[in-house]
Amino acid sequence: MPIEVLMPALSPTMTEGKLARWLKSEGDAVKSGDVIAEIETDKATMEFEAVEEGRIGKILVEGGTEGVAVNTPIAILLEEGEDSADLGKVAERPVASTAPVAAEPPASTSMPPAPKPPQASFGGEEKQYDKFVRMTVREALRDAMAEEMRRDEAVFLMGEEVGQYQGAYKVSQGLLDEFGPKRVIDTPITEMGFAGLGVGAAFAGLKPIVEFMTMNFSMQAIDHVINSAAKTLYMSGGQQPCPIVFRGPNGAASRVAAQHSQDFSAWYAHCPGLKVVAPYSAADAKGLLKAAIRDPNPVVVLENEIMYGQSFDVPDDPDFIIPIGKAKIEREGGHVTIISYARSVHIALQAAEMLAGEGIEAEVINLRTIRPLDVETIVRSIQKTNRVVTVHEDWPFASVSSEIAAVIMENAFDWLDAPLVRVCGADVPMPYAANLEKLYLPQPEQVVEAARRVCYKK
Amino acid sequence: MASAKRRAKAVEPTKAQFIKWYRDMLLIRRFEEKAGQLYGMGLIGGFCHLYIGQEAVVVGMMAAAEPADSVVTSYRDHGQMLACGMDPKGVMAELTGRAGGYSKGKGGSMHMFSREKKFYGGHGIVGAQVPIGTGLGFAHRYSEDGGVCHTYLGDGAVNQGQVYESFNMAALWKLPVVYVIENNKYAMGTSIERASAGTELAKRGAAYGIPGEAVDGMSVSAVFEAASRALAHARSGEGPYILEMKTYRYRGHSMSDPAKYRTKEEVTRMREQHDPIDTLKAVLLEQGHIDEAGLKEIDREVKQIVGEAADFAQASPEPAPSELWTDVLIEA
Repeated sequence: MPIEVLMPALSPTMTEGKLARWLKSEGDAVKSGDVIAEIETDKATMEFEAVEEGRIGKILVEGGTEGVAVNTPIAILLEEGEDSADLGKVAERPVASTAPVAAEPPASTSMPPAPKPPQASFGGEEKQYDKFVRMTVREALRDAMAEEMRRDEAVFLMGEEVGQYQGAYKVSQGLLDEFGPKRVIDTPITEMGFAGLGVGAAFAGLKPIVEFMTMNFSMQAIDHVINSAAKTLYMSGGQQPCPIVFRGPNGAASRVAAQHSQDFSAWYAHCPGLKVVAPYSAADAKGLLKAAIRDPNPVVVLENEIMYGQSFDVPDDPDFIIPIGKAKIEREGGHVTIISYARSVHIALQAAEMLAGEGIEAEVINLRTIRPLDVETIVRSIQKTNRVVTVHEDWPFASVSSEIAAVIMENAFDWLDAPLVRVCGADVPMPYAANLEKLYLPQPEQVVEAARRVCYKK
Repeated sequence: MASAKRRAKAVEPTKAQFIKWYRDMLLIRRFEEKAGQLYGMGLIGGFCHLYIGQEAVVVGMMAAAEPADSVVTSYRDHGQMLACGMDPKGVMAELTGRAGGYSKGKGGSMHMFSREKKFYGGHGIVGAQVPIGTGLGFAHRYSEDGGVCHTYLGDGAVNQGQVYESFNMAALWKLPVVYVIENNKYAMGTSIERASAGTELAKRGAAYGIPGEAVDGMSVSAVFEAASRALAHARSGEGPYILEMKTYRYRGHSMSDPAKYRTKEEVTRMREQHDPIDTLKAVLLEQGHIDEAGLKEIDREVKQIVGEAADFAQASPEPAPSELWTDVLIEA
């Protein structure tokens, strides 16, 4: 049956174009791949190739015609054994119209409502424990990795100095001895390379723990964290998971200046497809890292160098784990809610102690997970206190506190008796000088001042 | 084990293999022509990078592959998917952004995966697939499954830093990876001479001790022979190998590229004198492996597969609106 040759769209934005000239005439034979015409698009002059084989039966749009709409028939191609008498019997061919949409009530083109974000996600409901051991954050992280590596052969650790050196901050102490060089892998200084390598290994079903010596260096590798790890499940229609953990110390260290002191929580939490946790205590560190390793999704674990040496009580239970997505109320109080995460929880708790001396009872929320954010715990606390202060080391602009403010506007606006006040790192690169560094970082006194403000007390 | 495999692969291709290669290359060619046509009809949107001209590379590589092997490539990926045995219907329906596509219409031309066929994408960021492929090689070694990762990259990607980070680790740890550099001479519109100091890409691993060889990527037999050697090397635990495939793409970089950076004569010369399909066809006829009727039968079969893929890709519905929100995270 004769085939209509249609005016093609030759760029993503083309709706019409000029049929500049024909390179074949009526009666000419064409093979697939032959250039039959030149077409001017909105961008350039393009060669137009035949797809079907046959003979040009009739040219419908002359060379030189401008403004030919995409999908207009421009010629008729005759197949083997056909002649001009067949020109009228043009085959019906599908034209780009609206595509069918999968049936689903109610079929509409407007955006469907977003599902509720998962509350308690991987790790299940949080259990209560009664036996504890004292350990540092550093030991808790090491124990979390060791326990998960014993539990699952597919888990391995890679990064700079994680093996023979026992970790640049001694977090991986003893792991090489126990698990050997197959599973504790010293890498060259090559963040983009080993982050991408980890993603490939995770695609194949392994469960890599990729340690960045500090999260500052993860910027070299952020393309793999975002474009390769976080987006692939979606881009594959749910076929290709990426069970990987990216971890390392984050936030301000001490006297190392701007390139080595930065909080990346907002950077990573911005991207759907990633989970982001930021432990404060040793228990948080152990429970969240174990949950991160077991999670079938990519998880970024933001640790803190200054906290590595601090000791806390950790549940003494082989099944201890903290579900991702659950905040913790570190201290209960009825007058003001202070929301924080990571090391700043310590600042919040110090401030709460000082506030108690003034008769202000602060409720301190340790977020533990940045994404998915535990909106329920935040809202419930504000319904009780009607006042809120946020504390973090990160810059204020487009930060986790910005998100908290938005979430409160959307979910608890009517419960507020005062506008939210944020206590953040100064909106400058981290300075080196000791006095300036201290001025940059949130201090308990600033939090106390902010709490007084939202309580309208002087 | 490894040497036995190497011997097995060293034998001359059989008549059946030659014919399969012809059919596989023709399928890619016709599929891509159809994709170009559907793009022209507005049924395929965005970026669409066609493999036309480069068919011998992936068909020759897959001819030497073992079932355990994995494949990863960049965004010029339709040829790899078909050669891995993925269903042309699912690939074409992904191009049209339909529910029946490999990624339910959420990935498009550049993002398709099949764990069943060990095809790990389809990656849109130039060079990013190279450490990923190195990680797939790492996983082959970790799980001792005997596989090698075929990691494809173009002559544009060879100037990305992460390629050398990957070469270093792969050589350091002797990972089973074959890096297949598809040198089609143009990184989008920039010729290799204008982009690369040192255009002998097979030597790009020399500093890491990675053997490399340049291969006539327009000859499926030459590709098969080199691929057999490279894969045996990687499989035997001797580490990575680089194959620089000298190839050519007939079409522009993507559908909207008029390719004015090269002469018409150059394109015509490649098409008329070096076309991988025509070359193999001549060999098949000359050696009496097949006759004109046999070729016509293959043409007919391929045309039917591609036609059915195109029909499916237009009949398959668009993804349901609720699909907007699925597959972001695996819910525990």
